[in-house]
Amino acid sequence: MSATTSEGEMAGPKRDPQVADMLSRRRQRSNWIVKALCILATTIGLAFLALILVTLFWLGFGGLQWTVFTEATKPPGSHGGLINAIVGSLIQTAIGTAVGTPIGIMVGVYLAEYSLGTRLGNAVRFVSDVLLSAPSILIGLFIYQVLVNPFDGFSGIAGGLALAVIVIPIVVRTTEDMLRLIPVALREAAVALGAPKWKSIVLVCLRAALDGIATGVLLAVARIAGETAPLLFTSLGNLNWSLSLAQPMSSLPVTIYQYAGSAFEDWVQLAWVGALLITLGVLALNIVARVLLRPRA
Amino acid sequence: MSHSLASPAKPLASASRTSSVGDVVFAAIAKAAGVFVLLLLGAIIVSLFIGGWPTFRAFGMGFLFNADWDPVQNVFGGAVPIYGTLVTAVLAIVMAVPLAFGIAFYLTELAPSWFRRPVGTAIELLAAVPSIIYGMWGFFMIVPFMAEWVQPPLIDALSDIPVVGALFKGPPFGTGIFTASLILAVMILPFIAATMRDVFQTVPAVYKESAYGLGCTTWEVMRSIVIPYTRVSVVGGIMLGLGRALGETMAVTFVIGNTNRLSTSLFGPGNTIASIVALEFPESQAGSLKLSSLLALGFILFVISFIVLAISRTLLRPGAK
Amino acid sequence: MSSTTNDSAARPNIGAVEARSTAALTEARISVRNLDFYYAANKALKSIDVDFPDRQVTGMIGPSGCGKSTLLRVLNRMYDLYPGQRATGEVLLDGTNIIAPGIDLNQLRSRIGMVFQKPTPFPMSIYENIAFGVNLHERLSKSQMDERVEWSLTRAALWEEVKDRLTTSAMGLSGGQQQRLCIARTIAVRPEVILFDEPTSALDPISTLKIEELIDELKRDFTIVIVTHNMQQAARCADQVAFFYLGELVEVGTATQMFTSPRERRTQEYITGRFG
Repeated sequence: MSATTSEGEMAGPKRDPQVADMLSRRRQRSNWIVKALCILATTIGLAFLALILVTLFWLGFGGLQWTVFTEATKPPGSHGGLINAIVGSLIQTAIGTAVGTPIGIMVGVYLAEYSLGTRLGNAVRFVSDVLLSAPSILIGLFIYQVLVNPFDGFSGIAGGLALAVIVIPIVVRTTEDMLRLIPVALREAAVALGAPKWKSIVLVCLRAALDGIATGVLLAVARIAGETAPLLFTSLGNLNWSLSLAQPMSSLPVTIYQYAGSAFEDWVQLAWVGALLITLGVLALNIVARVLLRPRA
Repeated sequence: MSHSLASPAKPLASASRTSSVGDVVFAAIAKAAGVFVLLLLGAIIVSLFIGGWPTFRAFGMGFLFNADWDPVQNVFGGAVPIYGTLVTAVLAIVMAVPLAFGIAFYLTELAPSWFRRPVGTAIELLAAVPSIIYGMWGFFMIVPFMAEWVQPPLIDALSDIPVVGALFKGPPFGTGIFTASLILAVMILPFIAATMRDVFQTVPAVYKESAYGLGCTTWEVMRSIVIPYTRVSVVGGIMLGLGRALGETMAVTFVIGNTNRLSTSLFGPGNTIASIVALEFPESQAGSLKLSSLLALGFILFVISFIVLAISRTLLRPGAK
Repeated sequence: MSSTTNDSAARPNIGAVEARSTAALTEARISVRNLDFYYAANKALKSIDVDFPDRQVTGMIGPSGCGKSTLLRVLNRMYDLYPGQRATGEVLLDGTNIIAPGIDLNQLRSRIGMVFQKPTPFPMSIYENIAFGVNLHERLSKSQMDERVEWSLTRAALWEEVKDRLTTSAMGLSGGQQQRLCIARTIAVRPEVILFDEPTSALDPISTLKIEELIDELKRDFTIVIVTHNMQQAARCADQVAFFYLGELVEVGTATQMFTSPRERRTQEYITGRFG
C-alpha cells in the first residue's frame, strides 16, 4: 500500500503488505492446484469415453462383415449374422416409440396447458420424473407380471410395450419444457383469431415446439434402442428368424448379452460387432438430436 | 379475402358449441393421459407387491435380513442383494462425485468458451452409451486390468493393516463389489456432472462478480459463493445419480461376480437386486417361491429408488432452497 | 437547441439540479490515459483520458450504453472474467499500469473495491459476510476481527441496526440494509478506491438518501467513483462529473462547472433532460 494515503485518518489497523503478499501467494497456489485437479477430472471423464470407443472399434470393427447384415444368428462355428437381432430391435423400438410418443405428448400437453397449479398436475409431473429414472429392469418385471405371465408367453409386443413405458416420461419432460418456452403472445394471437383452445394447442403451440419435441423423441429412441434389462423377461430373445409379434423376438442388446457371456469365440466376436453397431447408432442419434436443438438454444 | 367476406356468417351459437365440444374432448384426453401415468406407477408397485406377496407371507420381515438364498430348501432371503445394491451405489457415488464436481467446475468457470460445448457434449455422450456396453467393456477390459494391476498391489499393501485390511482381503479375481462400483461410477458421472453444471450456471453473475471484486480467486468464488448458493440442488443431482446407480442392471451383472455371500472385502464377489433378478429370473418356474422372491426384491428396489428419486426431485425443483 | 440559450449562462434552465460541492479538485489517485476498450470487435470506449481525484467523488453520467459502466469495470479489471473483452492504453494507480499483464488481480481488487447495482449479500451470516473479504488478505485475531467488523459496519451506518444479530443470515436484511452491508464488506478490506455501479437503482428513496449520505461521509478516507443514471444524485454526491456519450468522454469538470456552465452542447442537452 502506498504510504501517502490517508495516514492517521483511517481508524483501525493498517493492512500488512507482507502478510497480504504471503496470503496472496498461498491462495494463488491452492487455486492452481484445484484448477489442475479439475482439468484432470475432465480428462479422466473424456478418457473413459475414448477408451470405450477405442475398445469397440478395436474389437468390433474386425468382425464387421457383410454376413452380419444378411445372416440370422446361428449356432457357434457356422458363420451366423445378426440380422434377426437388428430387425427385432428395430421392430420393438418402433413399437415403443409409436405407443409411447403420443401418450407422452398428451401428458406433456396436459402438464403445460391444463394442469397449472392443480394438485393432480403436480402429482403427474412428480411421478413422470420418478419414472424417468426408475430402474428399467423393474419395468421388465412389471410387463412380465401384467402381460407375459397371464397370457402365457414372451412376445415382441410385450418387449415393445416395456420400451414404451420408458419412452413416455422422456417425451413428457421435453414436451412440457418446450411448450412452456412458447411465448404467451403466440397463444393469444391464436385465440384472438377465434381458434378454440385445442386447435391453438395442436396447430400453433405443438407446431412451434416441434423441433424440441422431435429432439426428445430422438433421445428416447436412442435410450430404448440400447436397453437390455426390460427385454429379458418380455421379448426374451430368439435365436431364430421370427417376425411374429406374438412370439419371442430377438433384439441386439439381448443377443449381445447372450453372446458376450458365451464360451464361443465367434459368438463373442459377433457380440463386439453388435456392441459397435448399437453404440454408433445411439451416439449418432444423440448427436443428431443435439444438432436439431441447436437453433433454439 | 373477398371470398371469405362474401361467405355467409356462421351462426355464432353453433360455432361455439362445436369448438367447445372439441375443447372438452381434447382436455379430457389430455387429463386421461396424465391420470394414466399415475396409474402406471401405481400398477408397477402393485404388480411387484402382488408378485412378491407369497414371499412376504412366507418369510415376513425376516426376508430383509436373511442372507440365505437356497432354491433346494426353498429358503430365500434378500440381505445379500440388498446389501450389495446399497454398497455398490454408495461407493459409486463416492467415486463419481469428486470427478463430476471437477468436470462441472471446469465446464462452468475454467474452460475457454469455445471448448465448453464440445467437452460438455462428449460428457453427455458418456451418459448415452447403453449399459450393456459398459458391462461388456467392464468385463473384458476393466476386470483383467483390476486383476493384473490394481488389486494385487492394494492387497499386498493394505490387507495386513487391522480393520481396514479386511476391506482389501481375498484373491484378486478382478470382479467384485469394487469393480462394479467403479463401472457404476463412470455411468452416473455424466448425470451428476451435467446437473451440477446446470445448477452452477444459475448463480447470478453479479454475486460472483462481487466476490471477485473483493479479491477472490476462482476457486474461492466456487467454494464460498457458488457451492453455498447451489448446495440443495447439488445434493439433488447426487441423489439422482444414486437413484440411477441403485437400479443399474447390465453393467453390474457382468462384473460383480454374482455370488450370494456377504463379503467384507471390497474385492469379494457379491450381487445386487438388479443382477440377481436378471440372472435367476430365466431359471425360475412361474408361480414358484423363487420367482416370488425375485419379485419381492424388485418391490424393495422400487421402494428404495422411489424414495431416493423423490428426494432428488424435491431438492431439484425450481425454487427449492 | 439555439445558440442564444447557450450564451445566456444557462443556469435558470438547469434550475433543479444544483451541485453542492464547491471544493477544488485534489491530486489524481487514478489516471486513465488513452484507454480503448473492446467487446470482441466492438469498440466500446474510445481514447479516454480522465483523472480520478484523491478522496473525492467522481460521478460518471451518460445515457445507457455510453461506456460509463465499462470504464468502471476496467478500473478493477472485472472485464478479465469475460473472454473477448480487452483494454489498451494505461490506467495508472500510484504510477503502476494496472491493465498491464502480470498484475496480481486479487490484490488489485483488494485495493479497488466495488459495490454493485443490486445488493449481493453472500449466503452466510452478517459477521461472516464482512470477515470473508478481510480473511482473504489479512490474518486477524478474533478480537481484531470483531473490531474490524464493528468499525466497517459503523462506517457503513449499519452497526446500530444489526449489532444484536450479527450471526443471523444476511439474506434477512432489507434491500437498503443489504446494500449498506455490501458497502461495509467492501470497506472492511480497506481499499483505497471504491467503485459504485448505480448503487441505488434497486432501492427506495429513503434507502437511496442514506447511501448518498454515506458516500459523502466515506470520501474522507476513500477515493470514490460512482456511475449513476440519476442527475440529481450526481449533483448531490460528486465533486467531479464526467459525461460519456457513445463510448467517448465528452466532458469532465467540477460538478459546479458541469451543472452550471457545461462547455459542450451535448452535455447541456443531456443534463437538461433533452435526451437520454
